[in-house]
Amino acid sequence: MPDQEPYEPERAIAGTGMGGTMDLGASEAVTLEKAPGPDGGSPQDKPRSLWSDAWHDLRRNPVFIISALVILFLIVISIWPSLIASGNPLKCDLAKAQEGSQPGHPFGFNGQGCDVYTRTVYGARTSVAVGVLATLGVAVLGSVLGGLAGFFGGAGDAVLSRITDIFFAIPVVLGGLVLLSVITSNTVWPVIGFIVLLGWPQISRIARGSVITAKQNDYVQAARALGASNSRLLLRHIAPNAVAPVIVVATIALGTYISLEATLSFLGVGLKPPSVSWGIDISAAAPYVRNAPHALLWPSGALAVTVLAFIMLGDAVRDALDPKLR
Amino acid sequence: MGRYVVRRLLQMIPVFIGATLLIFLMVNVMGDPVAGLCGDRECDPATAAQLRKEFGLDKPVWQQYLTYMGNVFTGDFGTAFNGQPVTELMGTAFPVTIRLTIIAILFEIVVGIVLGVVTGLRRGRPVDTGVLLLTLVVISVPTFVTGLLLQLLLGVKWGWIDPAVSSEAPFDELIVPGLVLASVSLAYVTRLTRTSIAENRRSDYVRTAIAKGLPRHRVITRHLLRNSLIPVITFIGTDIGALMGGAIVTERIFNIHGVGYQLYQGILRQNTQTVVGFVTVLVLVFLVANLVVDLLYAVLDPRIRYA
Amino acid sequence: MRGATHARRAACAAAVALAATACGGGGGDGGSGDSGAVLSSSWGDPQNPLEPANTNEVQGGKVLDMIFRNLKKYDPKTGEAKDMLAEKIETSDSRTFDITVKDGWTFSNGEKVTAQSFVDAWNYGASLKNNQRNAYFFAYIDGYDKVHPEDGGDQSADTLSGLKVTGERTFTVKLNQTFSSFPDTLGYNAFAPLPKAFFDDHDAWLQKPVGNGPYQVDNYTRGNQMSLRTWDQYPGDDKAQNGGVDLKVYTDNNTAYTDLIAGNLDLVDDVPAAQLKNVKNDIGDRYINTPAGIIQTLAFPFYDDDWNKSGSEKVRKGLSMAIDRKQITDTIFQQTRTPATDWTSPVLGEDGGYKAGLCGDACDYNPEEAKKLVKDGGGLPGGQVKITYNADTGSHKQWVDAVCNSINNALDNDRACVGNPVGTFADFRSQITDRKMSGPFRAGWQMDYPLIQNFLQPLYYTNASSNDGKWSNQEFDDLVDKANGQTDTAEAVKTFQQAEEVVRDNMAAIPLWYQNGSAGYSDRLSNVELNPFSVPVYNEIKVS
Repeated sequence: MPDQEPYEPERAIAGTGMGGTMDLGASEAVTLEKAPGPDGGSPQDKPRSLWSDAWHDLRRNPVFIISALVILFLIVISIWPSLIASGNPLKCDLAKAQEGSQPGHPFGFNGQGCDVYTRTVYGARTSVAVGVLATLGVAVLGSVLGGLAGFFGGAGDAVLSRITDIFFAIPVVLGGLVLLSVITSNTVWPVIGFIVLLGWPQISRIARGSVITAKQNDYVQAARALGASNSRLLLRHIAPNAVAPVIVVATIALGTYISLEATLSFLGVGLKPPSVSWGIDISAAAPYVRNAPHALLWPSGALAVTVLAFIMLGDAVRDALDPKLR
Repeated sequence: MGRYVVRRLLQMIPVFIGATLLIFLMVNVMGDPVAGLCGDRECDPATAAQLRKEFGLDKPVWQQYLTYMGNVFTGDFGTAFNGQPVTELMGTAFPVTIRLTIIAILFEIVVGIVLGVVTGLRRGRPVDTGVLLLTLVVISVPTFVTGLLLQLLLGVKWGWIDPAVSSEAPFDELIVPGLVLASVSLAYVTRLTRTSIAENRRSDYVRTAIAKGLPRHRVITRHLLRNSLIPVITFIGTDIGALMGGAIVTERIFNIHGVGYQLYQGILRQNTQTVVGFVTVLVLVFLVANLVVDLLYAVLDPRIRYA
Repeated sequence: MRGATHARRAACAAAVALAATACGGGGGDGGSGDSGAVLSSSWGDPQNPLEPANTNEVQGGKVLDMIFRNLKKYDPKTGEAKDMLAEKIETSDSRTFDITVKDGWTFSNGEKVTAQSFVDAWNYGASLKNNQRNAYFFAYIDGYDKVHPEDGGDQSADTLSGLKVTGERTFTVKLNQTFSSFPDTLGYNAFAPLPKAFFDDHDAWLQKPVGNGPYQVDNYTRGNQMSLRTWDQYPGDDKAQNGGVDLKVYTDNNTAYTDLIAGNLDLVDDVPAAQLKNVKNDIGDRYINTPAGIIQTLAFPFYDDDWNKSGSEKVRKGLSMAIDRKQITDTIFQQTRTPATDWTSPVLGEDGGYKAGLCGDACDYNPEEAKKLVKDGGGLPGGQVKITYNADTGSHKQWVDAVCNSINNALDNDRACVGNPVGTFADFRSQITDRKMSGPFRAGWQMDYPLIQNFLQPLYYTNASSNDGKWSNQEFDDLVDKANGQTDTAEAVKTFQQAEEVVRDNMAAIPLWYQNGSAGYSDRLSNVELNPFSVPVYNEIKVS
């Protein structure tokens, strides 16, 4: 890749120039200015660790409890949809197409005459699996790579950043048609893998930017001056302060991944029929929104509730990690 | 800093070669495009062979790639299957898409950041909840539906806009499509801003600024916002790809003959020359965009400096 | 045709009650148009260069229809091939045809249309080096194997030996086989005459095509718009009734439709399926839905032993009987399709070979019988059928899902049938060409010319170009050969129908439905009709 010179420009951004126990080349021509406002970030050296502190806070936060319960419910019906829906999601009678709510069929029927309630319940499995697992994969891979690149800078950062540039340029449609069409397995895994592959560069960029900023904070510099190791710096001081944007992007992305699964199905490369998912039903109902809005409303509503639960959860976790809010 | 920029620009060369090769191979892996050119029937073998020869598909991939790159350096990006030069396609598609992207980004910056600041300062208040609900709607209702309903409402019922954008696609016709295109990104920008604002408003420098008796709007814009924008501009930098190359749905609904639409058509018809040409230009755009983002880091946070 | 005409009459009766103007057709309507006014119409970008022998899809065909007139023209209402530029076409043996071109025709650049104009154009279209997608249309002409060697050998001639100019307005065509209805194929776009300008400056011609039709190209911006204006000196009797047509390229038919109801567009000739339910509400009676020469079928891979063993015709027949065609055409297609009961199209008319009910009970929905037949035939190969279709065009997913649901319900097994989407059309075609299909797959046929021959020979004759399932049957081939040699049209049609019965008895393909053309138009227009190719008859449209 680009160049192998010792003074990588990326490192200039990443470098902190505080002197002390810098393990990166401390000789970079980097000047550190003081943040606006006086010094005095308090180092996080309480007896309890930050992470257990956060957990302590979370357990008392009603927002966290509610969102966790919703997510638990979603997981339960993903595993045992028959608990709350007795019908067969694949049983469709075209004669009933687009009909509204009626006894035994509270949400009405979709364009193919399938029961919307049953399909919404059964669709949870695929959608929740794709949404949650792909988001986890993207968040973990992206924040680890991006975080390390932001922290260490240098050639690694340059290479990673340029790779992400290329990834951004690959059109999803092309990627899907090429990578997924060779796979015959009809499980959610190829879809999840594909989303992770195309999704991580975004989180990686966000994490990199956050780490670059967080690294500049005085308490990080102080900890570094006190001889903290890189891993300690990253985990205890930088990560809690850099994680917020990652959580925000990941929780919203969760919703878009659920829709992306349907896009892939419609390209003929995602899950093959007769799979049931919210995304597939939303896409199928979208053109008919003028005639049968209910067929769109319920799966969309389920998707909205899921995203809401994760956004609330993310908010709660972020608040718990922010000492300033305490 | 000048040296830094030069280095970043030099990095474009390997990225350019890598990206074109990758996309070239990907389109090639999709298989034989000639089979799709004869409608619902088999191309007769002689015509198929002749067509392959015309498009250079009869040669090994590496040779196709070298020929293609050689042509690119002389400004020849090849031809689409309908006989139109790719440069001509790009010449009509990119200006429209760039206008559309500018509008979408302006929406993200203006509306997204304002909403983000407001909700960040008023966490938990009705305005915060309202914006959250709007966010959920935007995420869970497909762009297709939002676009279609806006089109029917504004274009047909109220007659405020023309439902379809004309072929010149001036800025004013692109406002509604730009809003639709920006909608999902708006959700990201709003929530990113909100979170950063909420986090930073308790930081010491903001408290100090307030203690110094600075006016509220000055504290917000000069101190609070400035330090909250890094995640936001990082996001917008990553979003340019989705806005320029991935606006397929928006472009289709509003009849915009832009990059997303042409690229999509090129991919479905497996036209290597169209796809590689468009993607190559997009890669260059991302390189520049991300360079700008990295430079903006230093502007927003003066502690980050380049030599 | 009977059923369809009837339905249309009923629709018109209903429309008359709402003060309609469009049902009279021909000269009967009261609206007097402004012959100078220009209308706008939706368009899609042609996929191939806009040359007569290179255009194989409807969007390019639309333009050729306006700027060219051929030896024959298909009547917009009946589909009958009528002499246009042909003064006479004579033959004694159905193999050698003497053609006389009418006097007084010119191209819009002033050049005379002569016998040479046709011969040059056909030679150009057939020649391998010109790379024309429709070259195979000239395959019946003597010497085709020399100008277009199929085996990959070198082209040894530039001109077809079967074409001879015998005078300024006369030429002869010698075929390599007897083909009695050959003259009727001459209305197809590929047989259009070409002016010298086409050969002298090909690039300039492509930028702004010049033909001999009622319209001439005024301005063409690739990918955006083509402006066609009435050609004042047009010598034919089907002069344009309006000042011209602006064809606007739309990225999506939904947008075109929205533009129509917003009053920004005059004519949309492809109303999106999702909007069909709203049509009455949106544009009232300014909507037409008329039969077109398109049939949709499910083809089978006869190269796969599972589908080509004794008893599998029972399985195919059983599947056919498990499809509730009426329910699907009513619900999914809102009656823009008609359940098929033979393998041709109602636009042929009874005299032309369409025979309603030829399929018999095999095309009737009968779940009990379906279940029994599938069981008798040895069950579904592999226990499940996968209907393969391409996902990128034409929203095939909806009807495939509906067909599968119907089969599943009939066979009482919710996994008996599933759709199998393929990403791109090219990949779909590749899989067909490479014989990789393992179950039924989408097959559609849009006629090139309104002859029963065109619905049978290209699709079911051994090794024919669109015989996607590679079905082969000696009896069928013999009957087609026999019919092509019969000079009496009625006799030939009967023989073709016998061949069609062979298709039925083997259920070589499951007929699904006949496709209609549908269009909506603004209140400025009157006398709007679609021809049997589902293309609007632009020259007859009146604009007020």
